[in-house]
Amino acid sequence: MTDRIDDALRFHQQGLNLRARRQQLLSSNIANADTPHYKARDIDFRQALAHAVAGKTGPLALVQTSRRHLEPRGGGPFEAAMRYRTEHQGSVDGNTVNADVERAAFAENAVHYEATLTFMNGILRTMQTAIQGQ
Amino acid sequence: MSILNILHIAGSALTAQSARLNAVASNLANADSVAGADGRPYKAKQVVFEAVPMVGRDGVGVRVAQVVEDAAPARLVYDPTNTAADAQGYVAMPNVNVVEEMVNMISASRSYQANAEIMNTAKQLALRTLAIGQ
Repeated sequence: MTDRIDDALRFHQQGLNLRARRQQLLSSNIANADTPHYKARDIDFRQALAHAVAGKTGPLALVQTSRRHLEPRGGGPFEAAMRYRTEHQGSVDGNTVNADVERAAFAENAVHYEATLTFMNGILRTMQTAIQGQ
Repeated sequence: MSILNILHIAGSALTAQSARLNAVASNLANADSVAGADGRPYKAKQVVFEAVPMVGRDGVGVRVAQVVEDAAPARLVYDPTNTAADAQGYVAMPNVNVVEEMVNMISASRSYQANAEIMNTAKQLALRTLAIGQ
């Protein structure tokens, strides 16, 4: 039974995790909007989620043929899907953050995060109804 | 947790932007200080930002790497009656560019507001996450 609940929620849990990390990445971009030479980054969410759900680390996963091989660190689906933003208008100090684009993406990501939370709550409520039989 | 880490990132940006506002306030206050603490005209101070990876977490915060003195030459004002005037009657005034400082102030306060907004959003998301299944 508990693994069924786990299965039902796993997809949204992965999504929520990636959304939270994307939110963090976007807040890093906004925090560094005035930092010289800072390059704004974002993730390819579709790729990250597909890899996270499939349990793959990314397109360049390290093949482990022995138990003594080292576990790669920081090479999860999120890191593999990270991309540098293409700048619309270059600035002299080498900074590629476009504050408006970042803030829009931040707001959009927050809404998606809340949507995922709503889906999770819906699943839990459905299960509760089924358990109580009312 | 990524969402709470956003508070650290935005917090580092608030600190950095308020240091910048501080420098602007100091420059504007001393725009007409003929003699500083060392007896020479006041030199405009500018902060230099630097992206800094958060210790033990993902994400990139920002900090003030250094405070540099503006290398622009002192503004020379012809005022032979001034006690600080040189042999030709010119007084070396601070190299503070008031217009530039005002623009800098507006930019810093906008960035500060953006980061404060981010903190609010992150807090709201964290609270919603805690309320899953309730």
